[in-house]
Amino acid sequence: MLSGITALELSALIKAGKMSVSEVVNTYLTLLEGLKNKNNTFLAVSGGNALVRAKDIERKINSGETLSPLAGVPIALKDNISTKELGTTCASKMLNGYLPVYNATVVERLDQAGMIIIGKLNMDEFAMGGSSETGAFGPVFNPWDISRVAGGSSGGSAAAVAGGEVPAALGSDTGGSIRQPCSFCGVTGIKPTYGAVSRYGLIAYASSLDQIGPIGRDINDCAALLSVISGPDEKDSTCIMEKPFCFHNTDAERLDGIKIGLPRNYLDGGIDQEVKNRVLEAAKELESAGAVFEEFEMPMMDYIVEAYYIIAGAEASSNLSRYDGLKYGYRSEKAKNLSEMYRLSRSEGFGLEVKRRIMLGSFVLSSGYYDAYYKKALQIRTLIKDTYDSLFQRFDMILSPVAPTAAYKLGANIDDPMKMYMGDIYTVSVNLAGLPAVSLPCGFDKKALPVGFQLIGDTFSEEKLINTARVYQCRTDYHKRVPEGGAAI
Amino acid sequence: MSREVVIGLEVHAELSTKSKIFCGCTTEFGGEANTHVCPVCSGMPGVLPKLNRTVVEYAVKLGLVLGCSITRNGKFDRKNYFYPDLPKAYQVSQLYTPICRDGQIEIWTGGQKKPIGIREIHMEEDAGKLIHGPGDSGTFMDFNRCGVPLLEIVSQPDFRSGDEVIACLEQLREILLYLDICDCKMQEGSLRTDVNLSIRQPGGELGVRTEMKNLNSFKAIRRAIEYETERQINILERGGEIMQETRRWDDEKGESCGMRSKENAHDYRYFPEPDLLPIEISDAWLTGIKENLPELAHQKRQRYIRDYGLSEKEASVLTGHKNISGLFEDISEQSGEPTEAAHMVTGSIMYLMNSRAMLPEELRADGSKLAVLISFVLSGKINRNTYKEAIEAVFTKDADPETYIAEKGLFMSSDDKTITGIVTEVLADHAAAAADYHSGREKAFGFLMGQVMKKLGGAGNPAMAEKKLRELLGG
Repeated sequence: MLSGITALELSALIKAGKMSVSEVVNTYLTLLEGLKNKNNTFLAVSGGNALVRAKDIERKINSGETLSPLAGVPIALKDNISTKELGTTCASKMLNGYLPVYNATVVERLDQAGMIIIGKLNMDEFAMGGSSETGAFGPVFNPWDISRVAGGSSGGSAAAVAGGEVPAALGSDTGGSIRQPCSFCGVTGIKPTYGAVSRYGLIAYASSLDQIGPIGRDINDCAALLSVISGPDEKDSTCIMEKPFCFHNTDAERLDGIKIGLPRNYLDGGIDQEVKNRVLEAAKELESAGAVFEEFEMPMMDYIVEAYYIIAGAEASSNLSRYDGLKYGYRSEKAKNLSEMYRLSRSEGFGLEVKRRIMLGSFVLSSGYYDAYYKKALQIRTLIKDTYDSLFQRFDMILSPVAPTAAYKLGANIDDPMKMYMGDIYTVSVNLAGLPAVSLPCGFDKKALPVGFQLIGDTFSEEKLINTARVYQCRTDYHKRVPEGGAAI
Repeated sequence: MSREVVIGLEVHAELSTKSKIFCGCTTEFGGEANTHVCPVCSGMPGVLPKLNRTVVEYAVKLGLVLGCSITRNGKFDRKNYFYPDLPKAYQVSQLYTPICRDGQIEIWTGGQKKPIGIREIHMEEDAGKLIHGPGDSGTFMDFNRCGVPLLEIVSQPDFRSGDEVIACLEQLREILLYLDICDCKMQEGSLRTDVNLSIRQPGGELGVRTEMKNLNSFKAIRRAIEYETERQINILERGGEIMQETRRWDDEKGESCGMRSKENAHDYRYFPEPDLLPIEISDAWLTGIKENLPELAHQKRQRYIRDYGLSEKEASVLTGHKNISGLFEDISEQSGEPTEAAHMVTGSIMYLMNSRAMLPEELRADGSKLAVLISFVLSGKINRNTYKEAIEAVFTKDADPETYIAEKGLFMSSDDKTITGIVTEVLADHAAAAADYHSGREKAFGFLMGQVMKKLGGAGNPAMAEKKLRELLGG
């Protein structure tokens, strides 16, 4: 009866008194128990605490306290967001059993909004990967076809929402980690402008690129969630937004006057024909709503992915140095002295992909290589920012595919890192430039696998992107489809 | 062959800000292990630094005083290395854009003035401490010091002797104390110096240098420089080569030993700290800092000589430490008698401090009480002996001047009636002496005077007594 229900629909039921918060939370907890984590989406479920909190919110609602529009709605978080009451593992053996001593700022914001955290979601280890296969606790299965990947690194978040296991989730996006799994799983997600959402408590992969964002069944849920989590935080000086987003539902049905750029070279070459067709159909749909399209050539395509992996790797190599076996997390029992403890704990505690990126990052920062790699990558990053700046002089936004293919088979790319990395070609430049983007479902390929597209905007143009996405979702119903065998509540 | 020693310094000054550089924890020294910590300074996963702006202000203050150019758009960099006292495994520091560059500090050695170049000053966070337990109980970590703000002051290799190094460090300490940005307690590690030393032929190319660490006192620095100079010269005299390395000074043994060679030097993989915004120092901010710079020792010295007519020597003693000049100015201001205040501080106060081996940083005397004593002595209410005694009482026991002197009955009897009475009595008791005086024996006057003072019980105003005695003797 609640199959495919959105977070806002759920909160409407609560407000109308048709379901109590406890009933809602109980329903989801019972559902999760029944599913036995068949898609391996959850790494932890908060049973007792969630129910206690549900009662608390229920009391507040009954006593007439004004909470957010999402009060009482359950949510689950990617497992790189620190929660005091639930272990936070980053899907790594390194942090297995680690319980944070503090809550991430977004967790505090969700609490204040009256939302109820019911669990932590699977991902690529330390958010490094594009398929949710690199984690230490097994891959996430795509609810549309369990022989396929859910995308990554926020694969657990996208798959849990797609499968109806939770109404909404938070993910994080460093190079496409919200948008690509949303595309693979047929759900909606927002990668906010860098500096819109506090990163305090988000276990860092690449600090200058990471951003937490919402994943939901439609754009309205994502917009509501983004309003809750965005805004300044004195604990994060890179969170430069002056006040939280406040989106106004315009009920507009037309996009007259909106100019959208279409990167011609994203759509030839390595892209899957059906993905290309779905993306072009999405463009047509927006065009028929009044938007004007113009093609352009995206420059520097040969350098974007390289620059991303150099910068992300460099930051990761430093960010992940603190996992040394001393203070928390995994410590090798074989170590006989300090240097062995470092070496063995890190060799045994980290997975292959994480080690690959730490080594890459350490290399590009080494003396003698810094100028040749890291500094060059920073220069490319500046050029990419400049390119986007001039593009947004011409366009309100840019429409592009999210990934070159739909979800691929589990294990298909895991041994071919270069192929895996090239899957990020359409997403990473957005992070390098710190821009916002929304990922929206736009149909299915012949194998009945979801395909998504993204709208990329100028910094802090989330409202414009959301309004456009809303018009698109009013005219289509791809986001309403649910996978067969998905959780039917 | 003549040899010249070339020395450069890296001085770490722990700043006396209330809170740490990137979190709100206290910077207080000591405290039970791991009680001055939070998720941020203990490097828990997911935390972010938040810059304490006072650290920037302190750095700019020092930079301005040392004539440095101030980096208006700077940033922090990460210095990556593994060590248990560094919980993030990187130290947030500044490599590419130090906040201050190209300054100078003037030192005096052997009556000569010499400028020493300051290459740069940069901001960084301190690391924690390792505590080695008794026996083989293990090594423990104390993160209290993690994130305490540091300024690293890097000199040019401009020193040619240990004397110059010490003179510079004394001068730097004086500046840091007057700026009130570092308490300079070497024994607590709040002022730490690494010495880079090499040997060359005078004016020739620089030799291979070694870096010496663990120098915890000026004495240790001087000894370490002597030791290292001799060690390097011995190697060179024997035709050997100096190895570039870091050496650790052992003050007990009076020798240093190698810690790590150049081959084993860390590659710190510095890169810009992405968790902090660039440090922008606006015109307004810079102007504000400039306008609020305190008067420094050498400026005070000049002012004391110019405005108060003090001697160079007195002025130097008074500005030797911030606490001493502070006390002097306090007394001077409250009494309105700078000359008398200067004499008191350079005389009695310095004597009392020296006799107790008291350090200037321990000086805590009440300037307003001492000022009261000046007004007493100048107005003739007490004599100089009482004055000295009362200074000591205020200094050692924080006594109240009025009460103390009154209880001891040391206020001078300076009312005419009392003195007239006593002089009359003395003349009556010692008529023979009075007669001697009248017959021209001046000595007799001294005797009579002694009798008068004795009767006045030490609280007599001698000038008044003398006047009265002569008057009544009819002399």
